[in-house]
Amino acid sequence: MNLSASHPRWAPYFFIGPFVVVFAIFVVYPLFQSLVLSFQQTYGPQTSVFVGTKNFADLAGDPAFWTALRNTFVYAAASVLIQLPLSLGLAMLLNRPQVKGRAVFRLVYFSPALVGIVFIAVIFSLIFQETRGLLNVFLKGVIPGFPQEFPWLQVYVMPALVIASIWMYTGFNMIYFLAALQNVDRDQIEAAVMDGANRRQVFWHVTLPAIRPVAGFVILLSAIGSMQLFELPWILLGGAGPEDRGLTVVMYLFMNGFQIGDLGYASAIGWSLAILLMGMTWIQRRLTKGGEGR
Amino acid sequence: MAMVETAESRRWITVMVYGLLIFFAIITLVPFAYLICGAMKSKDVFFDGQFLPGGDGFLGVNWGGLTFENFRNLFVNPNFSFARSIVNSLFYASVSSVLATLFSAMGGYALAKFRFRWNGLLTGLVLAALIIPGPLLLAPLYQLLFRMGILNSYAGLILPAIAPAFGVFLFRQAMLKSVPLELMEAARIDGCGEIRIFFSVVLPLVRPMVGAFLLITFLGAWNNFIWPQIVLQTPELFPLAVSIAQLKGIYSTDYGLLMAGTLVSILPVMALFLMLQREFISGLTSGAVKG
Repeated sequence: MNLSASHPRWAPYFFIGPFVVVFAIFVVYPLFQSLVLSFQQTYGPQTSVFVGTKNFADLAGDPAFWTALRNTFVYAAASVLIQLPLSLGLAMLLNRPQVKGRAVFRLVYFSPALVGIVFIAVIFSLIFQETRGLLNVFLKGVIPGFPQEFPWLQVYVMPALVIASIWMYTGFNMIYFLAALQNVDRDQIEAAVMDGANRRQVFWHVTLPAIRPVAGFVILLSAIGSMQLFELPWILLGGAGPEDRGLTVVMYLFMNGFQIGDLGYASAIGWSLAILLMGMTWIQRRLTKGGEGR
Repeated sequence: MAMVETAESRRWITVMVYGLLIFFAIITLVPFAYLICGAMKSKDVFFDGQFLPGGDGFLGVNWGGLTFENFRNLFVNPNFSFARSIVNSLFYASVSSVLATLFSAMGGYALAKFRFRWNGLLTGLVLAALIIPGPLLLAPLYQLLFRMGILNSYAGLILPAIAPAFGVFLFRQAMLKSVPLELMEAARIDGCGEIRIFFSVVLPLVRPMVGAFLLITFLGAWNNFIWPQIVLQTPELFPLAVSIAQLKGIYSTDYGLLMAGTLVSILPVMALFLMLQREFISGLTSGAVKG
């Protein structure tokens, strides 16, 4: 690596200093503190008692936590499995050489990613409204025999969340796929076509391997993001929803830590989530070994 | 089946491609249209038609049902301070994005371009910190802010957000590639000080990254809900995201008011993005795709 050696001694410390100070106080210290907290029970930020591994034991036997975990997994899996193929398909359409106005389409598809989840939740609370919401009115018009009042936010909470997430993130992920597709070597595709490969073969044997590192990165990114779902159901349902149908892991953390006031239990939930996400990252690294992720 | 594309079939494919692209574009834009129309409808006609209120005016629209009343109500209602929230959001998002970008660029510069004792260790720490999920730090940070006495203050809101490991990593990568050591050496020989080198030689070389990261962090703060919701208790301090959530709890049936508030909340970031979109998208993908 090409590093400067002819600088005054203080220079690197001056530049890295502000980051290191703030990082040490507001990231490194809390990280250790969260480990300490996860072995304590607290009543608000002031009083805490050491309880050993009780938090984790309680968590393992806490049905609400398992509900939250299941909901979060279902949401993440559905989002990744439905959204990412859509993103890739959209990117491939947009990448066709004859398409004009690519920048405008890209801008339109990307625009939902700019809107904060709280604001999206407010808009979608109306779209999903049972009696006169946009989605039900539309579906009633298109599908004959569609029920008069389809209870999205009362019963079909997960499908509603997934629909909203598709609207939010499909365009955002498409940006990555499009950038990757534009980097695919055109000569390689032409060579394959010369050798008599058809469209499908070109896709499976040339395009897909070429965008594999980016695909891995996008899958990981959206899985990690989905696992941290909180605001959407929280605002959309005004809480966990009927029968905890919209309860997620981060929501459960929030409720325990900041409504009940047990920062210890919240930290235990936080560590469970962190370990899950690190596991997912590790698996992704193993799977895409050989191709560079970034 | 080989790829035989006659002029006829090629035309059909083009039509299909555009058809699908436009279909998805419409689906993307419908909620925005719904939001804009909703914000302009008065209470009594809100459900007379999904977009514009139906009636017997021109084109079958009840134009008289459209109003700016909702926007006015946002600002005159004595029960909440919407104007104050706009100022709060602007302040919170600007200060945290400028500081986060400055500290990230400086940190990335030190790690990318200087030989010093802690370089390896700090680079490793920054990389390791990338996988810490945000929610894990909520509880201990809350406790820390309580002990420091800065709960319910902008210091508590902003300080934890201005040392993003992600930013240092991005700037380090960008500077490894696009800041030549010879340029720094030449500036030093010309008698240019280290701080001036950073601001007038190095930063201009990574200008796209500066723009992109400013925008990413501005958006992140503007749209952040969970942290201000935890830190702030006084409604006068609430940024827009928290205010809108509050509004939805209290005025859950005043749809026009809610839509107007949401529209006003998302317009500034939309405008900002339109101005900076080229830099933003190139910066966004530079971490994932080798360019």
